[in-house]
Amino acid sequence: MSDTSEGTGGLTYDKSKRQWPNELNVFAALILIVIIFEILGAIFMQQSLLFDSRDRFDSIFNEARLRIIIIQVAIIGIIAIGVTQVIITAGIDLSSGSVVGATAMIAMSFAQVAEVNGGPNPKAIFGDWALDLPVVVPVLVGLGVGMLAGIINGVLVAYSRIPPFIATLGMMLFARGVAQWWSLGNPVSFPTEGYAKIGAGMMPVIIFLSLAVLFHFIMNYTVYGKHTYAIGSNEAAARMSGINVPRHLVLVYLIAGGLAGLAAVILTSKNLTAQSGMGLSYELEAIAMAVIGGVSLFGGRGSIIGTVIGALIIGVITSGFTFLRLGAYYQEMVLGCIIVGAVALDQWQQKRAAARA
Amino acid sequence: MSDIILETKGLTKHYGGVHALEDADFKLERGEHVAIMGDNGAGKSTFVRQITGVEQRTRGTVTFDGQEVHFAGPLDAREAGIETVFQTLALADDLNVPDNLFLGREKTKFNWLGPFRLLDYKGMRGDTMAGLEKTGVKIPNIKNSIANMSGGQRQCVAIARTATFASKLTIMDEPTAALGVQETAQVENIVRTLKEQGESLILVSHNMRQVFDLVDRIIVFRRGRICANLDIKNGDYTGEDVVSYITGAKTGAEYEGVA
Repeated sequence: MSDTSEGTGGLTYDKSKRQWPNELNVFAALILIVIIFEILGAIFMQQSLLFDSRDRFDSIFNEARLRIIIIQVAIIGIIAIGVTQVIITAGIDLSSGSVVGATAMIAMSFAQVAEVNGGPNPKAIFGDWALDLPVVVPVLVGLGVGMLAGIINGVLVAYSRIPPFIATLGMMLFARGVAQWWSLGNPVSFPTEGYAKIGAGMMPVIIFLSLAVLFHFIMNYTVYGKHTYAIGSNEAAARMSGINVPRHLVLVYLIAGGLAGLAAVILTSKNLTAQSGMGLSYELEAIAMAVIGGVSLFGGRGSIIGTVIGALIIGVITSGFTFLRLGAYYQEMVLGCIIVGAVALDQWQQKRAAARA
Repeated sequence: MSDIILETKGLTKHYGGVHALEDADFKLERGEHVAIMGDNGAGKSTFVRQITGVEQRTRGTVTFDGQEVHFAGPLDAREAGIETVFQTLALADDLNVPDNLFLGREKTKFNWLGPFRLLDYKGMRGDTMAGLEKTGVKIPNIKNSIANMSGGQRQCVAIARTATFASKLTIMDEPTAALGVQETAQVENIVRTLKEQGESLILVSHNMRQVFDLVDRIIVFRRGRICANLDIKNGDYTGEDVVSYITGAKTGAEYEGVA
């Protein structure tokens, strides 16, 4: 038992008793992984992973690889920002990948051009009225479909008290069914020029990082963020303190759904086509990013910054394995180990904290 | 404004056929500290739950601060000025001290932003400091999450809420049941501080020494009824007297025949 007589009426800010932010641990893990790849690269490839080791270029970093690392995690990273908030409420969202699939099909149907190579669009889903629409229409449709799925998840979880795992598992199957039914399995293609710009080049990265900054701010400096942490930390206390817990949960799942919808818009814009299988297992990768980033599955702990670093860890590992010319199966084995390791570490920290208190 | 902060008349609660509380007539003066004692299942917690709006009474009236009240929930009661320190601590472990103190009633800026309105951290921190100082609660670092604090510190944080929000009545349901000796002493010190500041208090406790140390008056519950009202500050009562009331060996003169 600790000595309660220490301290001076809460009037000092004792730096020695300050907590070490968990994000620093995750960041240290990222650095460690980079160092491991740098060493392996130096031994086996005589090359550096992140730094420029080529004579003909005069830059410090290997910018092309840095770009690839972040661009390949940006779209799932957007989903992970929403999933992070759901997990902080001690919930889970298994539906985001399928919601991406359904939203991709539906949003893309409103983004098609009228004319392809001088002839009518061969893949047109609707009649003439849905062709050549302004970009804002498919974007809003995409956000709307994602949010609708989120609201349904939220209402199921918050009001009918169905466990989040089951509610979102149901949505996962349902949304995948919608994606396949929408055009009976046919891809939806040929978007307008404006729509194609949303996910072009570095746009996914810019959107991902902007959303990360926005939600980092929201989670730390607004009532929404505080209540999200409070609900995940102690739902009974949150309710007793007057927080409208069900309404708040619906809002959290709505935001997660909206972000999945946005990810679908960016993904289809980038690929210039929508297929019913899109977003397959994205939900698991998004959860992995959050978990590696230190978001506790028990709720109450974690941060957007952590999840962004978690996404970068996955990006570095994916690029690193390609760099070492190792097959994708090794990569998945290592990722699996890292996820289990991250949760084991979280468990161990919880136990240690409990023992101290 | 009368000098009676809380008065109940004929307060009754039935759970189906179980008569958990029968015709409780109770008065609490402003600034008075009263203890509620009784065996397990005697109706103490039921009584507290009716006053704090956690449950709805079967019949009877509750008058708080001169007005008859019907609290729809604990929040209503809190808004009216009744702060309750629950037996199970209503604290969010992963939040720090000011966050917990202000949970559900945060100080905010830019309120037009709705759920995304900004938290006024500086204001909340200042009020937290003032509240902790007022109660003499010692917390090494208020920015640390509650999870890293001892049971006593957590209980103190729960109690410091009352001081921070200038409540009219504080109710503590066995605040030291799970605490060690030193931590209990700290909580008791806070109760004394509240007394000096003229805060009204209802203390539910099993601890005889603590009750005799801290309060002005003891109300004993037995089988859902109040069976004794002992003015320990002015009357000559011993712990043994109280025990005989609790066990039913004796019944207060004015309560003859009730239980």
